[in-house]
Amino acid sequence: MGEKITQQGVPFERLKIASFDFTCCEGCQLQLTNRESSLPDFLGLLDVRNFREISSERHDDYDIALIEGSISRPDEVERLLKIRKQAKILVAFGTCACFGGVNNLKNNHSIQNLIDEVYPGMAIETLPVRKISDLVKVDLSIPGCPVDKGEVERVMVSLVTGSRVTLPKYPVCVECKAQLTTCLFELGEICLGPLTRAGCNAICTSGNTPCLGCRGPAEEINMAAFFELVKERGLSLDDLHEKLACYNAFEPFPSHEA
Amino acid sequence: MIYKVISKKEFAGFIDALVQSNRSFGPRQVATDLRGDAIYQFQPVHSVDEIAFDYSATASSAKHFFLPFQEELSHFHFHGNDWEQQISYEANPVVLIGLRACDISALNILDDVLLNGHFPSPGYLARRKNSFVIGMDHLPLADCFCKSMNHHTVTTGFNLFCSDIGDHYYLSINSSKAFSFLREFETRDPNDDDNCMLVERRKVIQNGFQTDIDVTALPTILDIEFDSPVWEKWGNKCLNCGTCAMVCPSCYCYALTESFTTNLKGASREKKLYSCNLVDFAVVAGGHNFRPKNGDRLKYRYYHQHRGFAENASQQICVGCNRCGRACLAGINPKDVINDLRMEKESCMICVSSSPRKI
Repeated sequence: MGEKITQQGVPFERLKIASFDFTCCEGCQLQLTNRESSLPDFLGLLDVRNFREISSERHDDYDIALIEGSISRPDEVERLLKIRKQAKILVAFGTCACFGGVNNLKNNHSIQNLIDEVYPGMAIETLPVRKISDLVKVDLSIPGCPVDKGEVERVMVSLVTGSRVTLPKYPVCVECKAQLTTCLFELGEICLGPLTRAGCNAICTSGNTPCLGCRGPAEEINMAAFFELVKERGLSLDDLHEKLACYNAFEPFPSHEA
Repeated sequence: MIYKVISKKEFAGFIDALVQSNRSFGPRQVATDLRGDAIYQFQPVHSVDEIAFDYSATASSAKHFFLPFQEELSHFHFHGNDWEQQISYEANPVVLIGLRACDISALNILDDVLLNGHFPSPGYLARRKNSFVIGMDHLPLADCFCKSMNHHTVTTGFNLFCSDIGDHYYLSINSSKAFSFLREFETRDPNDDDNCMLVERRKVIQNGFQTDIDVTALPTILDIEFDSPVWEKWGNKCLNCGTCAMVCPSCYCYALTESFTTNLKGASREKKLYSCNLVDFAVVAGGHNFRPKNGDRLKYRYYHQHRGFAENASQQICVGCNRCGRACLAGINPKDVINDLRMEKESCMICVSSSPRKI
């Protein structure tokens, strides 16, 4: 632990990393242990200080904190603020952390109604769902439901080597076309591929499932033109709104409804 | 060029023998769209029955067999303080069946750019040399405009080109490889009737075009219209999704990235086909973007396609297949954009109101 990795005469430090889960399914953290072929190499980049899915050891001297999940309870707020104080780089890890994720659908209902429905008669402390950047400064975002392990590897390599961390700026269509997938609009579906940040290798659309935008908006998306084409094709605006709301990833964009 | 005639039955036997013993790709139906029309792509084929010889057009071009969407150009291995670079130009032989004249023209244009310039691309050369291209003519679709671009016929760039003359194919044999393959099958020299049928077939194709784009002096018009509001109008529709360039048979622009392997013991240089419509296409060091607006990016795609760049002697590289127009969700297509530009110029009030006096 903590030893240096030297390549080409340049010493690299392993990343002192910790992974924490909040309101989520822990599926993104599980991805960290996936992709077995490169797992030893990946773990070789890391000095894991706190990560309950792979180790019972707990240390508080981490530099990088991966935050999975959104925030929906008062105790989560406290825990997050404490992590922020320790972490040099705080990473919003996965769609829930970046945008609120599916948990955000909770915010369509009153808190009392939700408690009555899910935990009737129980004393529950719960809050409307918030993404991580609503509460603390986020240094880096890795979106995805779940995150793409290949992308996580690239980000970690960049952090170790001190090179710039980048995500694709263009939408999913680029990766979808490279797989010769039939455009789902041709089949009468609304697909958020033209709006959504690439990097998933079009995993849903190449399996004939419309993109729901888990990776959030690509850069400089044209929401007005997108609404226009959905209308021109006679597709359902309700369906469009539902898809856009699925992960709360397009919240900052006006809806352009006529 | 050597010309032969082959019966369709014998031709099927020839293709079957070819695809059974080679890695082959041909048009296959992959889906049916909302209107009930078949959607085709060049897909792996293992027997002649799998090939849709009566296909209309593939949604994506055959470009990626020569310019993969993504490829590793070189790999670096680190040893202590030293390193070595590993480059592989090997390309497996491939048989491509059913390319249209415009698709082959696009390959000829790519040859011009990637082989005949100052820095020939060895990867492209390996793939081009190791391919066996069989072209097939077809009746133009309603939106094909290859005739406007003069790419509705092709005389070079293929091994074999097949014109449909009823019960037979009229074969244009353009390589010794094709000639020797065909020797095992029954063909005959074309007679007068065959020649007449070929001329007739060409006439039917020639007269079958419903879409015509006036491209005379287009490079000049593009230069004059550099600041035209037409670009903003169409740019406002553009989704920046890059689909047009991905499906295009002649778009060759790419992005290059270099990255460490996860074990830090090596590095990789990767090439990815890119599109000038993508938001960061013209971003340079420091984050400055030379083309921050949709309209600017769209304009440069049209400039490259229809005006050409110095590297290919300022030739238009669009072949008129209209794959971009069909694939664009926003309805942007060369016919409408170019007609709009022409209208813009030809309805110019300044020119109409004050023609220069005759001397």
